[in-house]
Amino acid sequence: MSPSAATAPIPTTTTTSTVDYPPSSPRPPALTVRQLSKYYGPILGCRDVEFEVAPGEALGIIGESGSGKSTAMRCIAGDHDATSGRITMGTVGDGHTDILTMSPSDRRALRVKDIAVVYQDPSEGLDLGVSAGGNIADRLTAAGWRNFGRIRERAAELLERTEVPLDRMDDPVRTFSGGMRQRVQLAKALANRPPLLLLDEPTTGLDASVAAGVLDLIRDLLEETGVGAVVVSHDFKVIEMLTRRCLVMHQGHVVEQGLTDQLLEDPQHPYSQRLVGAARG
Amino acid sequence: MTVLDALPSVEHAAVLDESSKREIRRAILTAIAVPGYQVPFGSREMPVARGWGSGGLQLTLAIVGPDDVVKVYDQGEDGGVNAANLRRLIRRSEGVETTTDPRQATVIQTRHRVPEDELRADQTLVLQVPVPEPLRGVERDMNELRRMHAEGDYSKMWVSLYEDLVRNGVITETTGYPCLVGGRYVIATTPIPRWDVPPLHQAAFLSLFSAGREKRIYAIPPYTDVEPLTFEDVPFEVEKVSARCRCGLVVPDGDLQSYQVEIPQQDGSSVWACSDTDWCTRQRVEAGLLDPSAITETEVDL
Ligand SMILES: Nc1ncnc2c1ncn2[C@@H]1O[C@H](COP(=O)(O)OP(=O)(O)O)[C@@H](O)[C@H]1O
Ligand SMILES: [Mg+2]
Ligand SMILES: [Zn+2]
Repeated sequence: MSPSAATAPIPTTTTTSTVDYPPSSPRPPALTVRQLSKYYGPILGCRDVEFEVAPGEALGIIGESGSGKSTAMRCIAGDHDATSGRITMGTVGDGHTDILTMSPSDRRALRVKDIAVVYQDPSEGLDLGVSAGGNIADRLTAAGWRNFGRIRERAAELLERTEVPLDRMDDPVRTFSGGMRQRVQLAKALANRPPLLLLDEPTTGLDASVAAGVLDLIRDLLEETGVGAVVVSHDFKVIEMLTRRCLVMHQGHVVEQGLTDQLLEDPQHPYSQRLVGAARG
Repeated sequence: MTVLDALPSVEHAAVLDESSKREIRRAILTAIAVPGYQVPFGSREMPVARGWGSGGLQLTLAIVGPDDVVKVYDQGEDGGVNAANLRRLIRRSEGVETTTDPRQATVIQTRHRVPEDELRADQTLVLQVPVPEPLRGVERDMNELRRMHAEGDYSKMWVSLYEDLVRNGVITETTGYPCLVGGRYVIATTPIPRWDVPPLHQAAFLSLFSAGREKRIYAIPPYTDVEPLTFEDVPFEVEKVSARCRCGLVVPDGDLQSYQVEIPQQDGSSVWACSDTDWCTRQRVEAGLLDPSAITETEVDL
């Protein structure tokens, strides 16, 4: 890997290690992203992003602000239309269906059944005027749940698990603190056990102690539920805690990927080295 | 002096020209073809204010032929000024007969009620609608509303029902209860009470809904499913009252046989009575409580 790659128009990817799940795994990847590019008019969002997420794996995407992490995530989520690329999911169709070619309504159905997103800004993932239980009911009813008692039970179970006091279940989320809103987002996202969870800076902007609590929760939930996850963050501490494997993005491109601990220990790409250096202080 | 008085008193002073009628009939055909879908139409200025039945009026004018017999009633009453005005207008414009007896009518235009009598396949119900959009309360953005209907994405509606149940223990929606038509589109059932919703399900007759102000027509074709939106474990229930109408109809608690309305009395008290006055009158005649010859003509404009 030559140092000049950092400034080359299309930097190549450095692989520091093999992937951490067996390549012969009988189950197809939960998510496969190929040559994903997004331009906002003339502005580059991301380009030729490629990665896979195994079922139950949490993959990290790290990079400084503006490096294209959210762009890639939003293209997967269907919030933004990708300019080009191919995205398949193990649970969708025969595993070879390019979700980017699906109709907008099929895409939205995917967002209910197969993909859940937790945003940095809770108002993107929740209706703040609706109660915590109601926000969970939103996802459950969209997924076809029609039994009020069962919806209440499931919502209570999820809120209990995400450590939202049950006596707040029927209060509008607007009255909740930032940390609690993220917990409600998590409860809603996991309500119908989707196979893929996308987390975009889930703790950014929270007080350090609150963020630590939410991170602990996310880590436990990822472990318990076996949901495949993509964790987007500019913060190595978050990536280190939640993922075993990660990508480094820079100016819209993936410049390096590998096992998180190795990448932190021994970053190869000059940009990763700077990033890690800055994080280590 | 009203606009009506200014109308020429010739027999056929058509309020709606033939091409407008044709346009409305085309919209009606679309509405029937896509049950529950709100079809836009070029609502015309009528000699009644929009919101006072102008939508229903245009529909009725567009569909009646010389052999039709029209009933117009308002909140169950044939005698109200508004119903009488509409009735007179339709008669003068189209030269059709009018009646108060729903059994004799081929077209029944109504606001707030469905007749207590079971309607037949040869009858058409025209309902006046103030707010045709059932999702108005949960979404304002027009494009988003269109998308939600197009994709059958009614989860916001379900959330509002959920929130209602949590807050109030019951679904408080009383009139205009949201219903899924033909398993596809959610409609607002106009401000009819819940009592009137079950008769729309798998009905022999055609129901046409018309909103003059909002320029929308939608339909429930005969023998179409009309399912009130509710959770599996929260049964849809019609109004419950215990009342005793002057027609002698005793309504035991929770066992409505005819929709009852509360009528305030001069002494501050109130009595309950059948909302459908024509039905009530017939009950009284049958029970021998009313001499048919003593029935006062409700047609204020004969
Ligand atoms: N909606 C948008 N319109 C135009 N440019 C955008 C939009 N969203 C992101 N961008 C641009 O795309 C690039 C990548 O942004 P983003 O994906 O948000 O990065 P990150 O999440 O890593 O901070 C940036 O240059 C940003 O300004
Ligand atoms: Mg971002
Ligand atoms: Zn009566």
